[in-house]
Amino acid sequence: MLPKKQQNFEHSRYSDVVNTKQFQQLMAEKKRFILPMTVFFLLFYFSLPILTAYTDVLNRPLIGDITWAWIFAFAQFIMTWALCMIYTKRAKRFDELAEKVIADMDKEASS
Amino acid sequence: MNGTAFSLFLGIVALTLVITYFASKKTKTTSDFYTADGGLTGMQNGLAIAGDYMSAASFLGIAGTIALSGFDGFFYSIGFLVAYLVVLFLVAEPLRNLGKYTMADMIAARFNDKKVRGVAALNTMAISTFYMVAQLVGAGALIKLLLGIEYIYSVLIVGVLMTVYVVFGGMTATSWVQIVKAILLMLGTFIISVMVFAKFGFSFTEMFNQVKSATPLGESFLNPGNKFKDPLDTISLNLALVLGTAGLPHILIRFFTVKDAPTARKSVVYATWLIGAFYIMTIFLGFGAAAFVGQDKIVAANAAGNMAAPLLAEVLGGEFLFAFVSAVAFATILAVVAGLVLSAASAFAHDFYTHIIRKGHASEKEQMKAAKWASVGVAIISIILALFAQKLNVAFLVSLAFAVAASANLPIILLTIFWKRFNTAGAVTGMLVGLVSSLFLVMISPSVWSPVEGAAILTGEAIFPLANPGIVSIPLGFLGAIIGTMLSKPSDVDKFNGILVKANTGSGLRKGA
Repeated sequence: MLPKKQQNFEHSRYSDVVNTKQFQQLMAEKKRFILPMTVFFLLFYFSLPILTAYTDVLNRPLIGDITWAWIFAFAQFIMTWALCMIYTKRAKRFDELAEKVIADMDKEASS
Repeated sequence: MNGTAFSLFLGIVALTLVITYFASKKTKTTSDFYTADGGLTGMQNGLAIAGDYMSAASFLGIAGTIALSGFDGFFYSIGFLVAYLVVLFLVAEPLRNLGKYTMADMIAARFNDKKVRGVAALNTMAISTFYMVAQLVGAGALIKLLLGIEYIYSVLIVGVLMTVYVVFGGMTATSWVQIVKAILLMLGTFIISVMVFAKFGFSFTEMFNQVKSATPLGESFLNPGNKFKDPLDTISLNLALVLGTAGLPHILIRFFTVKDAPTARKSVVYATWLIGAFYIMTIFLGFGAAAFVGQDKIVAANAAGNMAAPLLAEVLGGEFLFAFVSAVAFATILAVVAGLVLSAASAFAHDFYTHIIRKGHASEKEQMKAAKWASVGVAIISIILALFAQKLNVAFLVSLAFAVAASANLPIILLTIFWKRFNTAGAVTGMLVGLVSSLFLVMISPSVWSPVEGAAILTGEAIFPLANPGIVSIPLGFLGAIIGTMLSKPSDVDKFNGILVKANTGSGLRKGA
């Protein structure tokens, strides 16, 4: 259910929206953030089970009896929270760009 | 029967019924029923997501696994948490922008095809059922142990209560029961954690040092490899954990309870903080149980370790804390099961009945009626299955749900949003390949077959060596979707562009649409 203004938006007109500079910029900025971040957190995440499954390096104690494995596990929590905060900050910019795209669509639809 | 425990159980049940009563007055339309009319705030929905997620498997299961096998139990905590980055970065916002009531809505937004909707609904129902039966089996065992009620009656009590929440209160009641429970669960876990930490003199090194001598595993308790010995199995499990969440129907329908993508994002962020804090505390629960309850007592109460957390509460805080924690665990199971009933029932009533059987021409009243009857039907079927599944391992059923979700749902969700050439045939093959391959691999895995009689469901040699099928079935799900697409005509580019614009800007949702 589209808002009234956009109801006369045919599917073909979305292709015009996709080609606008505004929308291309939104997609480019999103891609530049989400793609590397996703690759990073997946690598970081899988390095823990891979290291513990195939090697014993993380079994060495670091502080008292606390081994590297626990520190690495805890680092996964820090990473998750940190990426959440970074994403929240960056998403404000995505929202602004999206608003602009929608504003242009509304203008176009009512003209 | 323990008097304090009994009255706290009754108190929790009464509280949730009061919530349901008030919610039922607000539940008039199908939109109210399925999504609480999109009226939850980011904070409320974040709490509800956290509540849906911190199920019996997390609270009772992880604490028990850490207590019995040390570090390996913590893999679950890590995987369950990091999974939220997949949800936050890739799934939550587009899903909110494209979907209305169910996951199938979102896929059908791009492929307006009955087959796609039907298969998506089938997946949702399969995953919800595995998850639900697991929770019911856990609930039955828990109540039997705590109140001394027979397993069959325990399952019936939980079944009837959850049906009442869903049928009368719909998503509004389910969400509020979930929110209240999430707060109680966090509170209980926090109290126990502080008490455990105090016993170790608020020192991490002291805690690690003492727990080492308290368990039969000794030094190796602190190292990985006690529970998961095959490297590939470890990786396969971690893969299913991190990718499964983004395909779980009862988590996905939570994004339809907020008004737009920014609110959906906020709710994931809140949920991530809460879930992270909770899973950090599973260390205290597990270590505390290992040190102060002891392995023998934990195993004697329940071989899988599911009673570790309540027993720890008893050691630390006596009868009252034991009763409180047990009552919260009971509320946890009730609330999660209600969410699952709702996700399965909406897939049936909204996708099958309204869209396929009635071709979208059902009146609001008929749709409501279908949704309520579907909830009753789903509840009855899952109760019957739970009665037969009594002997099955709860963790096995949950991991099965995660593997199916990661193999059958996630590839389709991602490809629908991100792949221009993706088409109807690809969506249908991908979902079916993911569903069938994950189920088939489990059927021939060591989870079902064991040479030792009684150790698994059937006696014999397993053909597939891994307990978790993810590492094979997830790539197969993607592959099925890609090959199915390549062998048929590409989809309409204009239509994909429409999806691209709506998913990324939320243009289709604005102004109260």
